[in-house]
Amino acid sequence: MKMNIGTKSQIKLIALLSVLLIALAGAGCLGQNSSDQKVVSSGSTTVLPLMQDLAENFMDTHRDVLISVKGGGSGVGIAELIDGSNDIAMSSRKIRNNEVADAKANGVTVVEHIIAYDGITVIINPSNNVSNLTVEQLQKIYSGEIRNWQEVGGADSTITVIARDSASGTQEFFTEAVMGNVSYRNDMIVQAATGAVTQEVSQNERAIGIIGAAYQISTVKAVAVNVDGTEVMPTEENILNGVYPISRGLYLYTDEAMSKAAADFIAFILSPAGQKIVKDMGYAPV
Amino acid sequence: MTKSRKVRDFKEKLMKSLFLIGGIGTILILLLICLFLFAEASGFFKTYSLIEFLIGTEWKPGARVEVFGLLPLFFGTAAVTAGAIILAVPIGILSAVYIAELASPKAAEILKPSVELLAGIPSVVLGFLGMVLLVPNIQRLFDLPTGQTALTGAIILAIMALPTIISVSEDAISSVPIALKNGSFALGADHWQTIYKVIIPAAFSGISASVILGMGRAIGETMAVMMVTGNMAIIPGTDVFLSSVRTITATIALEMGEVARGTEHYYALFAVGVVLFIMTLFINLVADAVKRRHKLEA
Repeated sequence: MKMNIGTKSQIKLIALLSVLLIALAGAGCLGQNSSDQKVVSSGSTTVLPLMQDLAENFMDTHRDVLISVKGGGSGVGIAELIDGSNDIAMSSRKIRNNEVADAKANGVTVVEHIIAYDGITVIINPSNNVSNLTVEQLQKIYSGEIRNWQEVGGADSTITVIARDSASGTQEFFTEAVMGNVSYRNDMIVQAATGAVTQEVSQNERAIGIIGAAYQISTVKAVAVNVDGTEVMPTEENILNGVYPISRGLYLYTDEAMSKAAADFIAFILSPAGQKIVKDMGYAPV
Repeated sequence: MTKSRKVRDFKEKLMKSLFLIGGIGTILILLLICLFLFAEASGFFKTYSLIEFLIGTEWKPGARVEVFGLLPLFFGTAAVTAGAIILAVPIGILSAVYIAELASPKAAEILKPSVELLAGIPSVVLGFLGMVLLVPNIQRLFDLPTGQTALTGAIILAIMALPTIISVSEDAISSVPIALKNGSFALGADHWQTIYKVIIPAAFSGISASVILGMGRAIGETMAVMMVTGNMAIIPGTDVFLSSVRTITATIALEMGEVARGTEHYYALFAVGVVLFIMTLFINLVADAVKRRHKLEA
């Protein structure tokens, strides 16, 4: 009797799995629509919301083009471009030389398009009275040399350092622009998304975090970067003219021989209409 | 033989082979995953010593000298899982006993679907609730640098392990033969004595299996844990539950996105994945053994 019960549930499981398999195969066939030109873009989660907005606007006027936009991180986007599994790689860092070489070896000649500029905003809890930090102080906070807010003119409390995961372009750019060769402290909190950083900073008085400038919201306070005694806020103007020290370009990478649809899309992004969307999303246009 | 009979036979055979293909497919997928996982992980030990990996106390990929020590991640997973079990087992077993033994049919009718509903809450939702509700309160309560701690993760995981523990324990308790119960009553024992002297011991292996399965559920969970434990890759100090920890699953999820294929770091993540695989496999085998013993006894 016991045995019977076992086999019955096994058959049930197998039946369920077969149904799933068949459904999956069916879905695969249905997903294709041969009349549409498909453009696949993937990569940086920083570029993602901007890219989605741009894609929607482009598809409004180009009904025959289907642009899919996925995240994954800058590194993933570039890896997929090298593999040939996307058409456009979104990246919030410059492509590395070895990645260009890998692409070349795979028959992909990488072309770079800068579509916008973005700054990294250093954020703290609104109740924290620190108003500016130098790049050197930031480096010391993230390396663990400075561990109390008092050392940078704040209240006497420990600093809770929040960083992004290593797949994040924001984190990578912060490493490049602020840390240089200095390593991060071991005991920092790592968050997987910008939203998680702002959430923690907004509810933790001791916290400091970094986010893309376009994400800044009112529940957290932006810290000005002290450049030779002047407080520089990450405003669009300061980012564009290079006064704000922690700013970067947002890039798209494609193969030189991209499809016409992809080329049209990039031309649209760089056109005045596209750049207006860039500006509306809080980035500095090129 | 009539025609309809032939058609029926053919149908029977067709269905049989369809099921067979499904079953073999599942096993094949499992085999391929194992093969891939172990092959990729073995690449790591070509350049990195196994001993240094197993007893390494630092996890520092991307540093100038990359270090891949398992211990901080292992302790992170162990702390969060142990915490979850400590919290979930008493609540789980009490609810199971209540549903199986004490609740009126009406109350049980409401409780059982509720437990199943709890299992249906997506982990990311629980993670978000933990982030917004638990994290700030735990920070305030214990005056910590952050509320993203092993304890926070353990509470969320306990909630996720509860449905497993309750439904499997409840099954075990309900399947205790009525004769045992009646015998106990006949000897003059009251309901409470019957529950803890007769029913719980009789259902013990089923209850243990439920705990082990709940543990398996907790070990493998990624999203919710990643959102509330702070992901600090250091070995927790004496106040294990109040420090931020990074679990094995969170490490893979956090770092897989960026890692370049073929690097030592890439293979290290697979090695960590193998450790997790072995841990869950072990737990499942133990649960299976305990359950089988339970069936034999019954």
